[in-house]
Amino acid sequence: MTVLLSTIALGLVLALVGYGVYLSFRVLQFPDLTVDGSFTLGAATAAALMLAGWDPFTATAIAALAGALAGLATALMATRLGIEGILAGILSMTALYSINLRVMGRSNLGLVGVSTIFSPADALVRRLAGGAEVMLWGQAVPSDVVAQALTALVAVLVIAGILWWFLRTELGSALRAGGDNPRMIRALGVSHEWLVTLGLMLGNALVAAGGAAFAQLNAFADASMGIGIVVIGLASVIIGRALVGQAAALPVLLASVLVGSVLFRMLVAIAIRTGLEPNDLRMITAVVVLIVLVVPGLFTRLTGSKLLSLRTKGGPRAAA
Amino acid sequence: MLRLEAVSKTFFPGTPGEVRALRSVDLELATGSWTIVIGTNGSGKSTLQGAVAGAFTPDAGRIWIDDVEVTGRPEHARARWIGRVFQDPFAGSAPSLTVAENLALAERRGQRRGLRQLIRAGSRARWRDALAEIGLGLESRLDDPIGLLSGGQRQAITLVMASLARPRLLLLDEHTAALDPRSAELVIALTRRIIERDGLTALMVTHSMAQAAALGDRLIAMHRGRPWLDVQGNAKRAWRAERLHELFSEMRREDRFDDATVGIVVPAYR
Repeated sequence: MTVLLSTIALGLVLALVGYGVYLSFRVLQFPDLTVDGSFTLGAATAAALMLAGWDPFTATAIAALAGALAGLATALMATRLGIEGILAGILSMTALYSINLRVMGRSNLGLVGVSTIFSPADALVRRLAGGAEVMLWGQAVPSDVVAQALTALVAVLVIAGILWWFLRTELGSALRAGGDNPRMIRALGVSHEWLVTLGLMLGNALVAAGGAAFAQLNAFADASMGIGIVVIGLASVIIGRALVGQAAALPVLLASVLVGSVLFRMLVAIAIRTGLEPNDLRMITAVVVLIVLVVPGLFTRLTGSKLLSLRTKGGPRAAA
Repeated sequence: MLRLEAVSKTFFPGTPGEVRALRSVDLELATGSWTIVIGTNGSGKSTLQGAVAGAFTPDAGRIWIDDVEVTGRPEHARARWIGRVFQDPFAGSAPSLTVAENLALAERRGQRRGLRQLIRAGSRARWRDALAEIGLGLESRLDDPIGLLSGGQRQAITLVMASLARPRLLLLDEHTAALDPRSAELVIALTRRIIERDGLTALMVTHSMAQAAALGDRLIAMHRGRPWLDVQGNAKRAWRAERLHELFSEMRREDRFDDATVGIVVPAYR
């Protein structure tokens, strides 16, 4: 039960990264590799501020802001300097590695014993349960694990709700249309460059918030914790999409990212239980993403059914 | 309402592939006029539209819309005057957004995009009426992703989108060239209806001699980067499709030679 709940909490926290990646890769259709750096930037910024005595919520908000700045840097390179999107992201990511070391002052920071965004919920759970353990379905679970899962759930639901609202506003809809069809949105009077800037700032703010929450969940921040995180975020998005299909409505798609992220953590937890080590994590991630991408295509080829098809994207020519 | 003064544009200057797409073009469109532009491949007819829409800044010359100079303004900054329909029937709408969302985005063409909800109560009836006018039953598909519709249906909706926020200038860039004959016919009929109903000023590039002969009140044939023929009113009506085909053969003959040769050789042909 404890393992299950911590897996869910981790999945929920990383769903924030999933939403960031969803914004840049899916909505904006911009392959943003800044993510690996901005995840760590969020963790480093929050950890450094909290160790300096800042309130964890303020620290997390500032971490998100730092992430937005990282996204801004990538966006400016891509839109003002004409650098290829992928390369702009790689440049930001590379620079961020050094920046993150500067922010932390060394290669990692421990947060053991520091009050985090999960602490208020922990206090509440303890008060309700009357102790440091909660009985769930006949099993004793540490209150902090329950608090982590609850806090992460509330936070992710709030973020998903805000995204649902935002993506249906005039501006958010323009963002979706801009990813779909830059030419059209320009003809309708919106600067595509501005949309890229906005999308990358929002996306990386979410990723950095995810990094900040991740650091507080695991009580440490490390300069190399962001490596491969973009693939983990993509995994949530891709698994979610495989669950709900291509043509799903916006709220379903948003929910699918959350579910995909938790599901992915469970797959990883199972893989580790079968004898793989945490060091194999990135390998597992890559293999899982590969499987989710390839299996629907194989299924289509073997059975002729497009039921699981992921590749027939709803692109401009889908209905030609 | 639209004025071009000595507008020139050369693509790939200084290379063997250099194309002088526009050569000092002067053009003035009157409010409420419907101008048809024809021309051979590479004659500059699409470049002319690009210059007006702001796809690039001309190498020389100036452009005004409603006496506002727009020469250096980017595409999105000219959108408040200009409604556009592209040749690619999928280029004018966002496939993953619904028909209603596409219409709502187009309705605010050129305006600020804020944090109000895009789809607001009260708009749907207006959109339904606008779609009913197409005559394809699309009014029942407001909430479908527009990517599910066919090219002809999407092009018809794009046309409605371009006219929703009434444009000062409607740019049509071979907007039926990629459609099957029946859809093309339907889109042309809709084009005519919308332009006449709203009294729009339109600049329409077409590849179809039949359309060029039947539509509009002014005809411009582009050749080698400048207007070669520019007729309106009764003079335009004299240009039937057959005569336009002859004009085209002549222009194509010239296309076989480079600039220097053409002046010497072509008079000998005539």
